[in-house]
Amino acid sequence: MQRIGVFVCWCGSNIAGSVDVEAVSQALKNEPGVVFSTNYQYMCSQAGQDMIVNAVKEHKLTGIVVCSCSPRMHEATFRKTAAAAGLNPYMVEIANIREQCSWVHKDIATGTQKAIILGKAAIAKVNLNAPLTPGESPVTKRALVIGGGIAGIQTALDIADAGFPVDIVEKNPTIGGKMAQLDKTFPTLDCAACILTPKMVDVAQNENIRIFSYSEVSEIKGFVGNFDVTIKKNARYVKEDVCTGCGACVEKCPMKKVPNEFNLGMDNRSAIYIPFAQAVPKVATIDPNACNMLKNGKCGLCAKVCAAGAIDYTQKDEYINEKYGAIVVATGFNPISMDKFDEFAYNQSKDVITSLEFERLTNAAGPTAGHLERPSDGKSPKTIVFVQCVGSRCDACNEKGKEYCSKICCMYTAKHAMLVRDKYPDTDVYVFYIDVRTPGKNFDEFYRRAVEEYGVKYIKGMVGKVTPEGDKLKVQASDLIDNKQLHIDADLVVLAAAIEPDKSARPLATMLTASMDTNDFFTEAHPKLRPVESPTAGVFLSGACQGPKDIPETVSQAGAAASKVIGLLAKDKLTGNPCVAHSNELMCNGCSSCERVCPYGAITYEDREFRMPDRTTKIRRIAIVNPAVCQGCGACTVACPSGAMDLNGFASNQIMAEVDAICK
Amino acid sequence: MKVSYFPGCTLKNKAKDLDLYAYKSAEALGITLEEIENWQCCGGVFTTAKNEIATKLSSVRALKEAFVKEQPLVTVCSACHNVIKQTNYTMQNDKEFADKANRYMNEENGCFGEAQVYHYLEMLRDLVGFDTLKEKVVNPLSSKKIAPYYGCLLLRPNSVMKMDDPENPTIMEDFIKALGASPVIFAKRNECCGGYVSVESPELAKKNSIGVVQNAKANGADMIITACPLCKYNLEKNGADIPVVYITEILAEALGVKEDTNE
Amino acid sequence: MNNNKYLREELIRQSGVNPKKCMKCGKCSATCPAYDEMEYHPHQFVSMVESGDIEPLLKSESLYKCLSCFACVDRCPRGVEPAKLVEAVRLSAVRKQGQNRMSANDVASILDEDIPQQLLVSAFRKYSK
Repeated sequence: MQRIGVFVCWCGSNIAGSVDVEAVSQALKNEPGVVFSTNYQYMCSQAGQDMIVNAVKEHKLTGIVVCSCSPRMHEATFRKTAAAAGLNPYMVEIANIREQCSWVHKDIATGTQKAIILGKAAIAKVNLNAPLTPGESPVTKRALVIGGGIAGIQTALDIADAGFPVDIVEKNPTIGGKMAQLDKTFPTLDCAACILTPKMVDVAQNENIRIFSYSEVSEIKGFVGNFDVTIKKNARYVKEDVCTGCGACVEKCPMKKVPNEFNLGMDNRSAIYIPFAQAVPKVATIDPNACNMLKNGKCGLCAKVCAAGAIDYTQKDEYINEKYGAIVVATGFNPISMDKFDEFAYNQSKDVITSLEFERLTNAAGPTAGHLERPSDGKSPKTIVFVQCVGSRCDACNEKGKEYCSKICCMYTAKHAMLVRDKYPDTDVYVFYIDVRTPGKNFDEFYRRAVEEYGVKYIKGMVGKVTPEGDKLKVQASDLIDNKQLHIDADLVVLAAAIEPDKSARPLATMLTASMDTNDFFTEAHPKLRPVESPTAGVFLSGACQGPKDIPETVSQAGAAASKVIGLLAKDKLTGNPCVAHSNELMCNGCSSCERVCPYGAITYEDREFRMPDRTTKIRRIAIVNPAVCQGCGACTVACPSGAMDLNGFASNQIMAEVDAICK
Repeated sequence: MKVSYFPGCTLKNKAKDLDLYAYKSAEALGITLEEIENWQCCGGVFTTAKNEIATKLSSVRALKEAFVKEQPLVTVCSACHNVIKQTNYTMQNDKEFADKANRYMNEENGCFGEAQVYHYLEMLRDLVGFDTLKEKVVNPLSSKKIAPYYGCLLLRPNSVMKMDDPENPTIMEDFIKALGASPVIFAKRNECCGGYVSVESPELAKKNSIGVVQNAKANGADMIITACPLCKYNLEKNGADIPVVYITEILAEALGVKEDTNE
Repeated sequence: MNNNKYLREELIRQSGVNPKKCMKCGKCSATCPAYDEMEYHPHQFVSMVESGDIEPLLKSESLYKCLSCFACVDRCPRGVEPAKLVEAVRLSAVRKQGQNRMSANDVASILDEDIPQQLLVSAFRKYSK
């Protein structure tokens, strides 16, 4: 028989406000096994914990029930307290009488009654608790970073600097991400390439970093400290280790009419291509959808001109298996499609562009070599209209846009407007805004400079319709301050399209069993206190995959994610969770139901000899759980048709005892 | 195939062509239009206020008849289509309104928006198929550059009408292509002509109509097509200098059934 | 003010519009084809009904300039549907006794030989009760 102590917490007035804590501790005193019951203002405080330690010693307690907040909050605290008192930490049960009771009931009588019932259930369970000892698992001292934009680059560099090997998996032929496409960066206006490309080179030269470009993650198994990942290296039909990046093949390739994704389709590239001059790795890639040699065997020019002999038309996709201790998600963002917003005529005129397209248009390495020219006829625009919040801040029921603020648009639009006025002072620049949101160091000052020094016309209002006519874009808009409708003949209209997570994020989240919100942004373990960790152990978040972010914020988060990874990889062993499944070999019939539902691959089978009552020997197949791999999710215990599977700490008889106590 | 047909007031008076060619073309495509018995005018505009009942009853009657006959209800006039489709949607989604309307109609077994409402263009797209239509064309309009003018009533409110993407529609463009002509995409194709306000504020209707015609012409159109008699009236009255033609008329022309109606 | 509170609630109920959803972006007034003929513009209808400042709207000619083209309804990022609110205010005005804006006697002066029936029917729906 257990000797159980019950400790009821007031949590200040959080619990005591709608639960009569004295009545609860009195009522629980007479439950089977209870030898001591008390209540206190803050059970989690040092004084409260001391009270528990003393009670364990004085009353020779073998089990503890704490009626307090959610176990997510303080279960770990009270387990440590129990250990300090010499008890097995798994002899502690928490009755959640705060989130599930005092916070939801305003009536003291109801709250008290429910708290007593929850307490009884916890007592019934702890009566059946047994001491548990966690196992240990080793840590693979290598990290995987998925995504090679500025977020992934920074995370990888920081982890590598601490001495741990890192692999970056990037789906494009080069790392660099969105930042590589940008022109200047706010609020200091240094050029994106000048600050990014040295970091890309650092990545390439760092001995601890391997880059898998033109690759994707195809399978993830295992758990924190021991992930087992399959990386698919797509065939680029060029031997990466042989290609010198000289570009002779690109020049000679006769198929030159492929829309260039790096310039967002505003110019063309060849079928064999290097995305941009500073690409890392600087290796050519053949686009199999455009290459005549690969499509119908007619051409082969690139192979002829390649002095290094790097072209290999027979190359196949390659699968690589690697083990990792930690995984960082850095899959980034994309602007949303403008197809559903054609009141702005994006599909009707080449001169209606997105802000990212505008970046390419002003970039010295872009399709116009940095000269601001209209995509339709190459003329320099004299009147430019910028439209903010296109697809951001929409109603939840709106099928076209996103409910959230995309956060970066106010600042990059101020930057665009300022740069235009700086370089082409005779250009009229209008910015239509709903609100200008500039919280950030030197951000509002930057926006004010655009208005006050550069004469950008900021208009509080929205564009309602863009009508391409002749060589003009007729813009109809509201000016809410002057209470007027404006009609502007513009040459170029730039839409600040909302941003959304990259499409690869959703399937990746499924592989990682990491949670996402309704917008497909990865969810953090705690929105304030654990912002770079996923709730899935060993998975960390870096950059815009977690929510809209600008570069300074992305780089800070990338560093934070790296430090979390370093903290994990610095450990030699991880203490496991003892609440794992085990099978009762006498009841198991080896049907494989449990193996099919186990998401962690923790179950294997072995043939074992059993001695039957008639003294014969029979060989039966039974399930074996690997406790280092099992995460204690309990799926197998539900799937098992014979009731052979059970979960330590959450055994079926314990759960039934709780239910009985509640229903009594 | 037989469908229920709601012509509407204007199609029996000032827009007889729209009606006549709707019949002729449907016949050529193997569809029989069966006119709703004793149909009454739809009222021209749908009143969005929740406490308007009586003004929607003629639509309720037409919907009920089509539902009982288990036939799709087809309209040509944009206004009739808008009113009837919105009424059907309200019957589906506003129980209080549906109950009241059914009581007004003294209907034992009321209806609750079960009818299938098709615009003539939707009938061509979804019941006939533009590919089939293309095969039946005997007189392709290959030299014509035609501006499809949707106006406001066909597409909006999109949550109810659900005919097409309200900002970048393609149904009329595909219709024009099926007839062998080239569609001219212009931004003002889904802007209002000025509607009934031309009674009170002819200047407002004029400004809007001129804007539409000018935008169509600037994009190279030599003809504008519409499904709405009011659009046609406003555009023509305000000086359209390219032809404004009903959708059914060019359809009949392409199908080779126009001549025999002009005796 | 009490009266306005009642009217405000009645308009909201009748139109099904929730003016609190408005984020004051001004897209309705940006896209409105009748803007220049209106004294009060679509975004003002939303904010004035919300604040109970309804009398000026009831008296305004703006009520009869709205084309009911629903551009503001479909393009509003917040799903506010301003045109439905304009319609509710207009009905409040024309439903009062003697407030019909058009009568059968007016038709003769409007008529021309091309005028479609649809135009007269619609105008009566909008301007009279």
